[in-house]
Amino acid sequence: MNDDLVKLTIDGIEVDVPKGTLVVDAAKKIHVDIPVFCYHPKLEPVGMCRMCLVEIGLPMRDRGTGELLLDDDGSPKLNFGRGLQTGCTVRVSEGMVVRTTTEPVKEVREDVISFLLSSHPLDCPICDKGGECPLQNLTMEYGPGVSQMDYSLKMHNEKQVPLGDLIYLDRERCIQCARCIRFQEEIVDDPVIQFHNRGRALEIVTMSEPGFDSYWSGNTTDICPVGALTSSDFRFGARPWELTPVPSLSPHSPAGANIVMSTRREAKSGGRSVIKRIVPRQNEWVNEIWISDRDRFVHHFADAPDRLQKPLIRKNGELTEVSWDEALDLVAEKLQAHSTAVAGLSGDRLSNEDLYAFQHLFRRGLGSNNLDLANRRLAGGDVTAQVGLASGSNLQDLGAGDAILVVASDLHEEEPIWWLRVKQASERGATLVVLNLRPTRLDKYADYVFRYAPGEAIVTVRQLVNAAKVETDTAVDQLTAAADTLIKANNLVAFYGYEGLTYTETDTLAKLLANLLLLKNEDKAHAGQINSGLIPVWPHNNSQGAWDMGIHPALAAGYQPVEASGMDAATIYEAVHNGGLKALYVMGADPVGDGRMPNRGQLDFLVVQELFLTETAKLADVVLPAQSWAEREGTFTSGERRVQRYYQAISPLGECRPDWQIAAQIGERLDMGKPAFAASLLFRDLAKVVPQYKGMDYRSLAKVAEQWPLVGGDDVYYGGTSYKNEAGLGQQWAAAAETDEVGLFEVADGDTAVTTNLPLVRIAALYTPGTLINHTPMLADRLAAPTLHLYADDAQIIGLQDGGETVIQVNGRSLSVQVCVNGHAPAGLALLSGVPWFPGMAEFEIL
Amino acid sequence: MTFTEKYAAEIEGIMARFPHKKSAVLPLMHLAQHYYGYMSREAMEEVAAILDLDPTHILSLAGFYTLYYEEPVGTYVLEICNDLACALRGADEFVEMACDKLGVGVDGTTEDGLFTIKTVMCLAACDRAPMLQCNLKFEENLDEEKFEQLIARLRDEAANGRTPPTVVEKVAAYAKSTS
Amino acid sequence: MAYILLRHRDIENLHKLDVYREHGGYEALQKAIDEYTPAEVIDIVKASQLRGRGGAGFPTGLKWSFIPKGPGEKYITINSDESEMGTFKDRELLEYNPHQVIEGALIAAYAVGAPQIYNYMRGEFMDIGYHFEEAILECYAAGLLGENILGSDFSCDMSAYYGAGAYICGEETALLNSLMGELGQPWAKPPFPAIEGLYFKPTVVNNTETLANVPPIITNGAEWYTSMGTEKSKGPKIVCLSGHINKPGNYEIVMGMTFRELLFSGEYGGGIPNGKEFKGLLPSGGSGPVITADALDAPISYEGLDVYGSVMGSASVVVMDETVDMVWAAMKMEHFFKHESCGKCTPCREGTYWMDQLLHRIYEGEGTLQDLDVLKSVANRIGGRTLCALGDFAINPVLGTVRHFSNEYEAKIKK
Ligand SMILES: Cc1cc2nc3c(=O)[nH]c(=O)nc-3n(C[C@H](O)[C@H](O)[C@H](O)COP(=O)(O)O)c2cc1C
Ligand code: SF4
Ligand code: FES
Repeated sequence: MNDDLVKLTIDGIEVDVPKGTLVVDAAKKIHVDIPVFCYHPKLEPVGMCRMCLVEIGLPMRDRGTGELLLDDDGSPKLNFGRGLQTGCTVRVSEGMVVRTTTEPVKEVREDVISFLLSSHPLDCPICDKGGECPLQNLTMEYGPGVSQMDYSLKMHNEKQVPLGDLIYLDRERCIQCARCIRFQEEIVDDPVIQFHNRGRALEIVTMSEPGFDSYWSGNTTDICPVGALTSSDFRFGARPWELTPVPSLSPHSPAGANIVMSTRREAKSGGRSVIKRIVPRQNEWVNEIWISDRDRFVHHFADAPDRLQKPLIRKNGELTEVSWDEALDLVAEKLQAHSTAVAGLSGDRLSNEDLYAFQHLFRRGLGSNNLDLANRRLAGGDVTAQVGLASGSNLQDLGAGDAILVVASDLHEEEPIWWLRVKQASERGATLVVLNLRPTRLDKYADYVFRYAPGEAIVTVRQLVNAAKVETDTAVDQLTAAADTLIKANNLVAFYGYEGLTYTETDTLAKLLANLLLLKNEDKAHAGQINSGLIPVWPHNNSQGAWDMGIHPALAAGYQPVEASGMDAATIYEAVHNGGLKALYVMGADPVGDGRMPNRGQLDFLVVQELFLTETAKLADVVLPAQSWAEREGTFTSGERRVQRYYQAISPLGECRPDWQIAAQIGERLDMGKPAFAASLLFRDLAKVVPQYKGMDYRSLAKVAEQWPLVGGDDVYYGGTSYKNEAGLGQQWAAAAETDEVGLFEVADGDTAVTTNLPLVRIAALYTPGTLINHTPMLADRLAAPTLHLYADDAQIIGLQDGGETVIQVNGRSLSVQVCVNGHAPAGLALLSGVPWFPGMAEFEIL
Repeated sequence: MTFTEKYAAEIEGIMARFPHKKSAVLPLMHLAQHYYGYMSREAMEEVAAILDLDPTHILSLAGFYTLYYEEPVGTYVLEICNDLACALRGADEFVEMACDKLGVGVDGTTEDGLFTIKTVMCLAACDRAPMLQCNLKFEENLDEEKFEQLIARLRDEAANGRTPPTVVEKVAAYAKSTS
Repeated sequence: MAYILLRHRDIENLHKLDVYREHGGYEALQKAIDEYTPAEVIDIVKASQLRGRGGAGFPTGLKWSFIPKGPGEKYITINSDESEMGTFKDRELLEYNPHQVIEGALIAAYAVGAPQIYNYMRGEFMDIGYHFEEAILECYAAGLLGENILGSDFSCDMSAYYGAGAYICGEETALLNSLMGELGQPWAKPPFPAIEGLYFKPTVVNNTETLANVPPIITNGAEWYTSMGTEKSKGPKIVCLSGHINKPGNYEIVMGMTFRELLFSGEYGGGIPNGKEFKGLLPSGGSGPVITADALDAPISYEGLDVYGSVMGSASVVVMDETVDMVWAAMKMEHFFKHESCGKCTPCREGTYWMDQLLHRIYEGEGTLQDLDVLKSVANRIGGRTLCALGDFAINPVLGTVRHFSNEYEAKIKK
């Protein structure tokens, strides 16, 4: 018998479950329903709603001998205690007998429901939760036939309390289960909502500025078992049964958050289906059942009124609507004409299919390797291909004995899901080492925090890696001690980002960390081992895919080196300026708006493929309207190299086409053959070319497996409105180190000499303005305004005050910023948030 | 001067009593309330800042525990017990009398801002009813006459600016001396 | 007979350390440290059959024995929350005989190996806690608290703590939550405080009066202690007497004395004022069912009221004469529980509110027979199903009065 399993009997059914399992979970696993309200499988049990009371008997033993006492019939004598017990707090034990269908159990369920209904309004017909409400479902199943509380005795409370601009609370509907409070406290450590008062007057309040200030607030609306918490965009928006759920992926999350878009056809949109809300889709490998508010609320751009709908060509200086054929013919003609001086820039939010088709057009159709990401921020995709997080890994499995290293990244702002999973790993006992220029929210959970001076990131990491090479018994300093823990950890995961670093520096950083992962301790390296490896904190949802698909001047799809490297983004901008390039094709990026390209320079031809008329598009000769991700299907690849599918949720807007199709239709005009008929077919083609994707297709990506906790279906009360994953868990592609010997990387010196005494570094904020988020009005108030953070002494020296406003000149642009002196910035370093990225460290001047 | 500055030594003394600083929250709230008169937003934010807590936590505690006032109160808070044991000895009538005398209702504050009357649950003085606590000091075996004397004494005290240290301050002084 | 607990009534200024020591104070602690191992101290307390005076009557020695042995972070918390209606015994001890409480707590700390004691007093006791804190200071100055107490290698610290107005904080886990700076809401047991208590470390929670019993037990031995009382209730007990009684106040009795003697003997309550008839009494404040004249000869002890369907609890005896309207009394008590329910669990939060609403309606003559039925059924639906015992207490005002005085309810029902 397995020592870690416990045998018990529930309603006559014998089951073996792991030690420590709660009675309710044990029952759920064999599909015996013990109803719950306050219990949530992701939260610590509290036993407060009393809905799960059941009869629990334990075998009796002789006090003296410890022998089991037997009944006359030879079965063990059972002690059922003095009353019912809460199945959500009692853990299973050997020989336990649970009864969930007896009279006393039925009675108590009916009674708890009648207590809850004694003050709950009966407004189901107008409640947003109606139809997917645990209270409603359980009342049907277990409730009393009639309401006994006289309506005149009911307590009446406020019904529309904004807990901030995103979440509304209906105080009358709240059943005080504390799921929301506990989620905020236990899971995401933002305890900004709490109970106020006591007894029947208990109510949820917040004092944060802005109200309910948390990047995770939307999740409370999922797990609230009644309609007390609703999001401001979905309230009164639709009834759950009118919604069609469509599985999808966040168009922002580099971790690959799984979502479901609830859509509905609406008369006011001309019968088009529109997105009514986004809720999480369970993927325990990726985001469990949580999504950040960015992933939940930034979808409104898809329905924004100013979306481009028709191709445009500049005629007499004006962008004029034309037919697709006219636009595509012109683009093909111009690109071909300039094929020796042509370049392509793309964004990293597009699908693998889009990116593949784009590079295919350039490499095959135009014979050009002048290809790059418009915002080329983070290097190391090629390094990750060697030593990335091994396939089969799940950050949820990291705990005691494992280690996580995070360098030059603010995970909380850049990818809250990774922040959450790293935080939880540290809470499970994993050693967390954080290296950064400045304090971040991860420091709180870290075992070691190292703060390096501006320009010394690489030096510090190099020291760390070197220290790891030396066998030590007694660590001489913190850095050696940390290095020692890292190298000796069972599993090691290293995250790295680009805060304050140039692209070249991030390349060095990736290689240094790769070498750390390749270091052997007792003949074993971490690289290639499940639950170990490198994770780049990519700036966007599909930066990884862009690397895989070959959006790179030197690496073609599948990391094949090209014969002659093309221009990288920086060179392209330079060439635009000095006439070295004649034609530029920009797909899903806004280099002008982002301050990377001041104007169209000496270009003869500029084509922009976009959702909106961006700053770049305004300067273009041709503008091609693309479909948003919600209008078509495709795949994204996460930073953990998980390739995942998303599905079409709404009908295409106007004449918009998928990016891959547009690129292929241009290619068709360059004699590249017919475009693929569907994204799935294109994916099949690319999977033949990209060795890492070999064997994948839309069907294999759609495979699912049973996950715990069980959510969805009749179990809304167990998991909330997160959806069961029926559309695919995706597939992680294998890093080279999993199968082959990978040699150490050669690492160049890569430090920046800091030339200024107060260098400026751009820092990330979750709601940094950008093409998509700018079209989400409900987040407008939370968009990060350009802010200059200074250390108090530095502020004094340059004569700026907290709360003031000023204009600074940086990278040749002037920018008006708010000044903030509140301890974010370390001495000798200025931080800039709320602006698009700029590379490395910059000098700035006050104008 | 903020409360944090004025009571720096007391705050330090209170915090030194516990291995985890969150434990200091109720004592600090008592002191902050003493300083600001009630749990104003300022008071809550200050306590939160000292202990590194979210201010919502302080609001939550202020709502749960009845000794914290979320609305401004008079200089003297008269908390009269009219729970059953006291009521058997005339506490309800005593409350009425007291309200009449001061011209306010329960939870009301006199116009001069001196007195607030509240009714409270058992104060562990049932054998000496009717009774009340005035700023946490027990006043027991009361009747109309003694109540009038008490009010007169307090009025006089206030008029002459002779308000003696309150119970909260006295207790805080201990924390200071033992730190 | 000389007082065992309320010794200050025999000895003037007993709250002062020198006076307390002149009268044998801290000799029990000295004896425990010098003559007994911690395990032996626990055995003596077990043998004394001392049971908790906080209301539940749990055997004190047994409770101490649950604390894991060996060094480590452990705590003693004194439960001086005393908020049950009609209870005022701990208050007198804290104010006038604080050293006996401190000495008892120190012996407990020695027995379980706890280096820290907190005295959780209700916030309304700040005025009294002030005196108690003076006693703590005296102890530090005299080497009775701090490092190497009485020159031994036993070290222990102690400080006072004040709640802020919440009856529920008398419940041990709510008390610990409160002491940790959280809402004073109880947690579902297990884990019991003895295993995971304050800061998730093993913790003893004992009532103030319980601990005051410990020094005399160590000084005089378990046998001396068990010579007093009934079969299941040993030793002295402070009884709080209030309501319609000539001489209200605290009385130290030996368990086993009858309620009749307590109420009517000249030495104790001295009878009902104004020649009124006795109607009923609450033996345990608002939380135990009312008893009537037929139970007056029951002994005051943990087991004495079993047959009358009530409990001694903390022995807060509230006496009611013939003029008392029992629906009114029930309403007052239910108001208390509604006001004090922490709101954490459904039956208590919703049920106390519901009962309070119904009682008001019935009291005001607006109630129907159905209201009365619902009232009884709500009470029955709370019992045994709540997270902590407050829910079980909260139904007693209704169930007790309905049992003995249903005629008074019916008389108020709208015709
Ligand atoms: C609602 C409630 C209130 C309580 N109030 C008190 C109290 O004020 N004082 C007390 O000592 N015990 C009180 N108790 C009992 C405590 O939970 C605990 O049993 C007691 O402190 C243990 O100490 P003892 O074993 O020394 O009696 C209360 C229990 C409940 C359920
Ligand atoms: S708002 Fe919802 S989740 Fe929060 S306590 Fe109320 S019912 Fe529970
Ligand atoms: S008490 Fe178990 S689910 Fe709420």
